[in-house]
Amino acid sequence: MEYEALTGAETRDLRMLAGVMIPASSSHGVPGADDELIFADIVRSLERDTADAKTALKQLAALSGGAFADLAPERRAEVAGRFKQDGGAPLFALNRVVLLCYYRDDRVMRALGQEPRSPFPKGHVVEQGDWSLLDPVKKRAPMWRRV
Amino acid sequence: MHDKVDVLIIGSGASGAAMAWSLADTRMRILCLEQGDWVKPTDYPTNGRDWEARLFSDFAINPNRRARETDYPINNGTSPIQVVNFNGVGGSTIMYTAHYPRLHPSDFRVKSLDGVADDWPVDYATLEPYFAENDRMTGVAGLAGDPAYPHHDLPMPPLPLGKTGKCFGEAMNKLGWHWWPSDSAIATTEYDGRAPCINLGHCTPGCAQGAKASTDVTYWQHALRAGVELRTRARVREITVGPDGLATGAIYYDAEGKEHFQPAEMVIVACNGIGTPRLLLNSMSGKFPNGIANSSGLVGKNLMFHPFAHTYGYVDEPIDGNTGAQLSLWSQEFYETDRARGFVRGYTLQLHRGAGMIVDAIANTARGFLPWGEAHHDVYRTIFNRKLGLSAICEDLPEEHNRVTLDPVLKDSNGIPAPKIEYTLSENSRKMIAHGVARSKEVLEAAGAKNIGGEAPMLNAGWHLMGTARMGTDPERSVVNEWGRCHDVKNMFVIDGSIWVTSGGVNPTSTIQALALYIADNIKRRLADATLFD
Repeated sequence: MEYEALTGAETRDLRMLAGVMIPASSSHGVPGADDELIFADIVRSLERDTADAKTALKQLAALSGGAFADLAPERRAEVAGRFKQDGGAPLFALNRVVLLCYYRDDRVMRALGQEPRSPFPKGHVVEQGDWSLLDPVKKRAPMWRRV
Repeated sequence: MHDKVDVLIIGSGASGAAMAWSLADTRMRILCLEQGDWVKPTDYPTNGRDWEARLFSDFAINPNRRARETDYPINNGTSPIQVVNFNGVGGSTIMYTAHYPRLHPSDFRVKSLDGVADDWPVDYATLEPYFAENDRMTGVAGLAGDPAYPHHDLPMPPLPLGKTGKCFGEAMNKLGWHWWPSDSAIATTEYDGRAPCINLGHCTPGCAQGAKASTDVTYWQHALRAGVELRTRARVREITVGPDGLATGAIYYDAEGKEHFQPAEMVIVACNGIGTPRLLLNSMSGKFPNGIANSSGLVGKNLMFHPFAHTYGYVDEPIDGNTGAQLSLWSQEFYETDRARGFVRGYTLQLHRGAGMIVDAIANTARGFLPWGEAHHDVYRTIFNRKLGLSAICEDLPEEHNRVTLDPVLKDSNGIPAPKIEYTLSENSRKMIAHGVARSKEVLEAAGAKNIGGEAPMLNAGWHLMGTARMGTDPERSVVNEWGRCHDVKNMFVIDGSIWVTSGGVNPTSTIQALALYIADNIKRRLADATLFD
């Protein structure tokens, strides 16, 4: 399926917005969602959310009175705050794509102690645990209703 | 025109697969038509780094979002619960959690015990051998001795308790409430050619390992070897009838949209609680102007979901997160009726491991807990791998105004009218949901969880689709008889969740399949004594 590409202005606003949503953090050692690699993944991954993304970015531009990316930092924070409140379903769809791409980035995963890999084929280890915890339940009388 | 078959099964999911396997030993010519494709193990999301993203695209649980060629659209209207399903070989078992409880004995006797709805025309004792056979064919893991059930043995040991299970176990013991390792349709040892679970994570979007018992890797492997034919990309438009009022076969479209007629001696419908009434209502004729097998007017009515009340919180230390099967423990503490609670019937509490790292971020953004800006990182680290979740699966009682009809406008890619859902929650369900949420919060608090949130009822949670072609002995009050044969059409059967009289408060797949095996045995017995179509 073909999806309409973002315009240059939409792309600039989205990148700025992604950085507002999840900025880089030196204390946590992670890039922001406006990082070049992550942002490229976001743009590539809009796919079936493209229409919602465009609706959201149009609303953002309207709230900004022009390009969101060109606003002064203080005004940008103010507009972003309002957009977060009023953006509704289109913004939620856009925010979802940002999160989907951010939290699968190798650097972000490593910073969270995760191996950057697919679940298959290695899988994961889940400890068997101590089933003696179940002993009090085993002592209970049958609970099911006789019919 | 294709050669006539003895048995035509429509739908290859939980019930259709069980029926195909069971009938295979009759040596009849059996054909199953399936609108979807086979799903290859390499297709499943957990093969890739984008596995969580695919939960929102080609492996989304909601068919309207997934929108594969093989899906059909559903008009959910204003229903507070939306239909979720999967279309392919294995049906919705491809995308189920494999949580595999049986109905309880009381579930078949709700009128007698609680004075509501109707009793079933079959009971637990009748189905017990079929539950056991189904557990063996499916490969079920669990632990015998659950005081919430009549004794039954399981073929494999339970899924691991893990850190999350320890949190739950300690909390439930503190409260003095029942909990138990779930019956799970997941291999924990080598089983029938399937490798054991390696904890790929949330099981819903399909199992790349093949440990999860979707029917493409269980019943179908045996049915195909026994000679059953399975034809994919065959979307049935209608069941046809002859002048004698008997079913003559089905008209379907192939992947290229070409129309076919498949004649059959006997037709078995296995499309579950939405697909089945849709097909029956679309099968209009001079003999059946309101849809085939619908003289009672009940086809599509009495739709039951299980309203899900999901409640969650976060503990201080990391627990299992997404690793391991999401569901491996249940509580039946509030299952049986206690009128002091203000409602009749009850619910199961499913005790969940966490979601994936992205899904949790999305959920917490949606509820306004995960902020934008610098604080995002600190808050995220308080939720990551720390989630405890509970879902109350509430029994939904049948009400005729909850129904499936044909949408006058919406159609699938072959031009077949789509289903339209009309559904509201009853007062009994609302009270049960509120009770389930309150008890779930008590568990979370006992476990030391904070930042408690939830969704009740869950919108995208219409997994369990029941009641829309109910069984009974009275042809004016039911669509099929006590062994699945349509009252109106003596060579046509319905075997899926749509024949359920009431819903119970558990995941339905185990009971759907036990019922299918029971109906198959009835068919075979009546074939043997030549009374099948009497």
